[in-house]
Amino acid sequence: MSAPPDTIEPKAARATLRGRPELYTRYAADQALLNTNAKKFWTLALLLAVIILPFTPFATRAWLGNLTVVMIYAIGGIGLNLVTGFAGQVSLGHAFFIGLGAFTAAFVGGTPGRTAGGLELEMWIWLPLAGLVPMAVGLLVAPLAARVRGLYLAILTLGLVFLGEHIFREWEFVTGGFIGRRAPEPVIAGFNFNQRQEIFGVDFEREAIFYLFCFVLLVILAVLARNLARSKSGRAFAAVRDRDVAAEVMGVPLLKTKVLAFGVSSFYAGICGGLLAIAFGQITPENFGGLAGLLLSVEFLAVILIGGVATISGSIIGAAFVVLLPRFVEIASAYIPFVGGQGSGAFLTIFQVNQILFGALIVAFLILEPRGLFGLWLRMRNYWKAWPFSY
Amino acid sequence: MEELIPVIVRGLGVGSTYALLAVGFVIIYRATDVVNFAQPALMILGAYYVSFYVFNLGMPFPVAVIASMITMAAVAALTERIALRPMVGEPPFAAAMVTFGVFVALFILAFRLIGTNVIVVGDPWGLERMDFLGARVNQIDIAKIVISMIAIAIVGIFLKRSRVGLAMRATALDQEVALAQGVNVGRMFGLSWAISGALAALAGMLIGTAAGGVSPLVAFVALKALPVIILGGLDSIQGSVYAGIIIGLAESFTRTYAGTYAPWLGSNFDIVVPYAIMIVVLMVRPYGLFGTKEVVRV
Repeated sequence: MSAPPDTIEPKAARATLRGRPELYTRYAADQALLNTNAKKFWTLALLLAVIILPFTPFATRAWLGNLTVVMIYAIGGIGLNLVTGFAGQVSLGHAFFIGLGAFTAAFVGGTPGRTAGGLELEMWIWLPLAGLVPMAVGLLVAPLAARVRGLYLAILTLGLVFLGEHIFREWEFVTGGFIGRRAPEPVIAGFNFNQRQEIFGVDFEREAIFYLFCFVLLVILAVLARNLARSKSGRAFAAVRDRDVAAEVMGVPLLKTKVLAFGVSSFYAGICGGLLAIAFGQITPENFGGLAGLLLSVEFLAVILIGGVATISGSIIGAAFVVLLPRFVEIASAYIPFVGGQGSGAFLTIFQVNQILFGALIVAFLILEPRGLFGLWLRMRNYWKAWPFSY
Repeated sequence: MEELIPVIVRGLGVGSTYALLAVGFVIIYRATDVVNFAQPALMILGAYYVSFYVFNLGMPFPVAVIASMITMAAVAALTERIALRPMVGEPPFAAAMVTFGVFVALFILAFRLIGTNVIVVGDPWGLERMDFLGARVNQIDIAKIVISMIAIAIVGIFLKRSRVGLAMRATALDQEVALAQGVNVGRMFGLSWAISGALAALAGMLIGTAAGGVSPLVAFVALKALPVIILGGLDSIQGSVYAGIIIGLAESFTRTYAGTYAPWLGSNFDIVVPYAIMIVVLMVRPYGLFGTKEVVRV
């Protein structure tokens, strides 16, 4: 492939660009993921910091576990953001697809029990399947979901969560029924990612290994999602979200776009479910179906609404916020007189405080900053870019 | 036929309670474009106040029911004034989240009042049975059908015939035009919530009369009203009555016959049958049975 004739030669370009980092002479440079030097530097620094973290004294095993859950939630959050944020289809059924992924993983990777079966396969089979099976179900449901919009769609997808609970509970051979079943072991070629290991003479904690594994997955999936969002399909998502009739008039295939959004979103949800199963250790239908399922779906809505609608980094920030906030409330509850744990007789339980905080934050963000925490960051950045002028 | 009658009557009884709840949802949705997730909590508090008025204040049962309906109408109207009125003009999703917040607050209140106990509402029907078309049916089911249908009919006639009802319908149609004609739109919002709260209290009483009594967790029965309103169409009162009855009957029939004729559905399929029906119907009619088709413009 030859370069277009009107672009400046790389060497000359570099000379022109020195001191003018935001002058783009090529379309590709403008569209690049890391299009400024500051972005390049800080992204690299952040990646390094996250990799080094497990080896620093700050990383207790409990906090590494929390951060791992943050990454797993971020994967699920990116999935929901693709369908709800980018394509504008509000889904309350995310918990159903997460549960589907979790039970697929447990069935394909698990050992047969008294009532439940298991295929005892390794992770390089069960993890992709944990994504593909929900994706197949998502593709089946999507043509139906594409017919309805708004509140009808939200309650339709909520129906999936309740139907899902019934299926999870009754299909004992796969799900273990009421009591659920153990999570599969994340083993590839004999290497267990959820066990203390020695690599090149360095001793790794169990939590550190799983943390790094989830981190690698998150980076891969996040970059894939980001690339999808800036491709032709991603622009079709945005067109459908902004005005679906107009999009159709301009030749965007409505059904195909919505089906794609649901399919990819369900794939991410399934991967999230498979990993979440390992983080939980034991999974039951009550984790993902019925009321708990509804709350889980609302939690993921909180991830994208608080983090930032239609941004990938926003989903990650939101996941960190939603997962870590309850931990901080737990720590703070020792110092607030009327908040206590379950059954402590306090005026509000920690669980209730979390519910109220999430609700209040979602409302506050929807009204004050619909772009979420990511929007706050953009505001801050633009303020300092123009400083000391107001614009 | 003999064995069918109790199943049908039970289905109609449950279904008319759902219809009562659904009408409450629909009235608020039509007036304010908000799906009121606080309805389940209003229902539980309504049942609690019936019990409170009967046992603590010694009121006769019918008086206690009316008093409880008035109490919940006041609570609902107050909620609207405090929590929802500031949300006028904000994104509808934010308003829906606010009602969810109200639900959490009222639910915590209900937990404070009721605790983990089960309370009974002191209804005169109990578990007694009566003869109906040659079959034995529960009195309570007949009571549910009669009371719900009377209440819904009163609301329907009020909306159709009275001056205030006309103003409410005008508000539902177009708020600005209603305002221009001299309708006090804010008061109409409050009134919709009040009616909805009263209906929720009545539904709570009817659900509490079942053998189990009322505990805060019964609130989640009210979630069944969601498939009902979607099936009937979000903005149709008539639709929610038909949909409530369809879903009640379907539930009753599945509970009785699914074990015999379709064991592969698994036990307790009746709990999810409303959602299954909703999904199937939406495939054919995306706006429910009676919902207004949205006119889309570019």
